[in-house]
Amino acid sequence: MSEEIIKDVIVGENEDYIINMGPQHPSTHGVLRLEVCLKGETVKYLIPHIGYIHRGIEKMCEANTYQQIIHLTDRMDYLSAHMNNEAVCMVVEDAMQVEVPERVKYIRTILNELNRLASHQLWWCAFGMDLGALTTFFYGLRDREMILDIFEESFGSRLLHSFNTPGGLMHDVHPNFQNRIKEFISYFRKKLPEYDQLLTGNVIFQERAKGVGFMSKETAIGYGVTGPSGRGSGFSCDIRKIAPYGAYDKVQFNEILETGGDVFARYQVRMAEMRESLSILEQLVDNIPEGDFTAKMKPIIKLPAGEYFRRVETARGELAVYVVSDGNKSPYRMKFRTPNFSNLFVMNEIAAGCKIADLIAISGSLDLVIPDIDR
Amino acid sequence: MLSREELTNIISGLVPGAEFPEGKQLLEVIVPAESYFSLAEKLKSDPKIAFNYLITQTAVDFQTYMTVVCHLESTEFRHMVVLKANLTDRENPAIDSLTALYPAAEYFEREIFDLFGIRFNNHPNLKRLFLEDDYGYPLRKDFRDEINIIER
Repeated sequence: MSEEIIKDVIVGENEDYIINMGPQHPSTHGVLRLEVCLKGETVKYLIPHIGYIHRGIEKMCEANTYQQIIHLTDRMDYLSAHMNNEAVCMVVEDAMQVEVPERVKYIRTILNELNRLASHQLWWCAFGMDLGALTTFFYGLRDREMILDIFEESFGSRLLHSFNTPGGLMHDVHPNFQNRIKEFISYFRKKLPEYDQLLTGNVIFQERAKGVGFMSKETAIGYGVTGPSGRGSGFSCDIRKIAPYGAYDKVQFNEILETGGDVFARYQVRMAEMRESLSILEQLVDNIPEGDFTAKMKPIIKLPAGEYFRRVETARGELAVYVVSDGNKSPYRMKFRTPNFSNLFVMNEIAAGCKIADLIAISGSLDLVIPDIDR
Repeated sequence: MLSREELTNIISGLVPGAEFPEGKQLLEVIVPAESYFSLAEKLKSDPKIAFNYLITQTAVDFQTYMTVVCHLESTEFRHMVVLKANLTDRENPAIDSLTALYPAAEYFEREIFDLFGIRFNNHPNLKRLFLEDDYGYPLRKDFRDEINIIER
């Protein structure tokens, strides 16, 4: 009799238990829905559902000129706005065979690294908050504010600054530009050890990050996981090293590679990249050559018929732009290979078998920006 | 890193009927749709070239035909190749899926199916990625949406 009652209580013991994480879950940092199948507290598999903010940017590009497209690319990965702009500009410059002035290359590279720092700072504060360390959010945003102030002073906007144009920059940077960056470098050099003291060495944080969400190098290459997430698994994929653009061939820096492959390895790659970005800034900021802020371009840009392909390294990985032109002022077809699209779909592979609470750590360590996936 | 000529020589020996168009930014190879999968398999497994990283996969609608475009790279040698296959059937375009070789292809192909209507044989889960099931194929050039797109 008693055995029968117990059997009745465990209803659905062998059934899958499916919950939806999102689309409004705070840890997804955007409208992403993960359909998670659970067995007890363990994840059996998960299916990402995307498309909540699909705007059809690739279709819109077919009706816009190249100068207008730059403003659309800001809205893909809004935390790497500058790198996205630069990718489109470089495709156009390649096709038109325009040589941009040295000054532009230096300023673009400096802005790339400032943008990467701002992005990694925001990732750091949000990642700590996801894992329950609320203080990181205040520390990270406080320091990020200095970078946004530099952006605001020079371009008038803080997040979506369409400052690049094909051939150069919209206008020259503010006279304070170099001094503000030097101030920031000396300030942030002092603050960065605080980040490590606050979170990296924290035992609770390490318990949650070490050994969780393992991704092998083969998985990373197979799924095309690039950027710090891929480099945490030992996949050497830094476009700044493979095919240097801008002023990256004039500076000394290391490609950060970790072999751990877990959440903590991806965390360490981003922390080390912040130091590398600071050292790149230090090498460039005093050496900006004088000259024009833009090359001479025609007012109406028409790419010669053909196909063009260009890759850049954003804060989250490899952004590739593929343009098919038929000789008109707008592209015939424009494809953006965005880093987050590939980074998201590895989640089922690395999250299967872990606990549901670890899912938050894994999605945080992949550093997803949802508009970049949907486009 | 192999030069363009060396790569061309190796790839032209792998499958019959491969074309190499001149004057392109990157090395391109156009194959018939039947030998698309077998060439990709050989590109990946040949240790001399080892194209193991699928950067991106997309499609272009040229009105009379559609082209599937794959950008492949070798993480060991750092050379790149663009693999293309033309599909002339606009009503029921279909080509083999590369998911068995590159896991990344699963979602690239779902995106192509969603936006171009190209079917992929042997795909594990060919469903629309962004849009509803009864929506048209918006990146085809003959797509019309009178409510949301204003023709100029």
